[in-house]
Amino acid sequence: MARPLQYLSYRGRGGHWSWILHRLTGLGVLFFLLIHILDISLIGWGPRVFDSLLIIYRGRVFRCMEVLLAGAVIYHALNGIRIIIVDFWPAATTVHRKLVYAVALIFVVVYVPTAVLMLNGLVK
Amino acid sequence: MKGSSQPRPESGFELYAWVFMRLSGILLLVLALIHLFYMHVLNNVDAIDFRFVAQRYATPFWRTFDLMMLWLALIHGLNGLRTVVIDYVHARGWRFASLASIYVIGFIFLALGSLVILTFEPSKFALVR
Repeated sequence: MARPLQYLSYRGRGGHWSWILHRLTGLGVLFFLLIHILDISLIGWGPRVFDSLLIIYRGRVFRCMEVLLAGAVIYHALNGIRIIIVDFWPAATTVHRKLVYAVALIFVVVYVPTAVLMLNGLVK
Repeated sequence: MKGSSQPRPESGFELYAWVFMRLSGILLLVLALIHLFYMHVLNNVDAIDFRFVAQRYATPFWRTFDLMMLWLALIHGLNGLRTVVIDYVHARGWRFASLASIYVIGFIFLALGSLVILTFEPSKFALVR
């Protein structure tokens, strides 16, 4: 097995952080998805069980995690588009760095209003 | 390839998995972002309860939507995890155990999720409150 730091040293500089973030957000979303399948399946036990569980989700800690989750999904989606562009249109590698910046820019433009809308509900 | 998450595999299962990740990714882009916006921005966890889900599942539309999302997202996510395991877990025993648990988790969660989406019957429960 390789040393821990070796895991983080990737094969290229430009895509390095995109690649790490893509994996981390992917794993984070997958982890939430597994929990989400378990909690939603409780609906099969009727309204009393299901609604009492939702109290956990209405707590502040979870609401903040929910905002982070939205960020992870949006980043993973945007960076995924970038990966597909580079995969199917090899000429895009010449503007590779610009694509990485474009992902960052679009992420901010999409995520900031989303986070504000989600946190608004939390403050009320 | 620079900037690509994985080089395109030559053939066989790994090539299909590679193509699947991209196709399901595009579909999930639509499904998951609609889901996120509808359930977590337009509505939020304060509005969501048993009654909300019961109304949503009264017609087949959202059940189909959720079932597609469940299958695509879970297989996409677990295949991603499989890639990570193949990259990092080199010891033969650990790798076998990790990969085996991915398949077991996939089977159990797909079965549980599909069962709930397809068999949920709100009228079985008296809606209290």
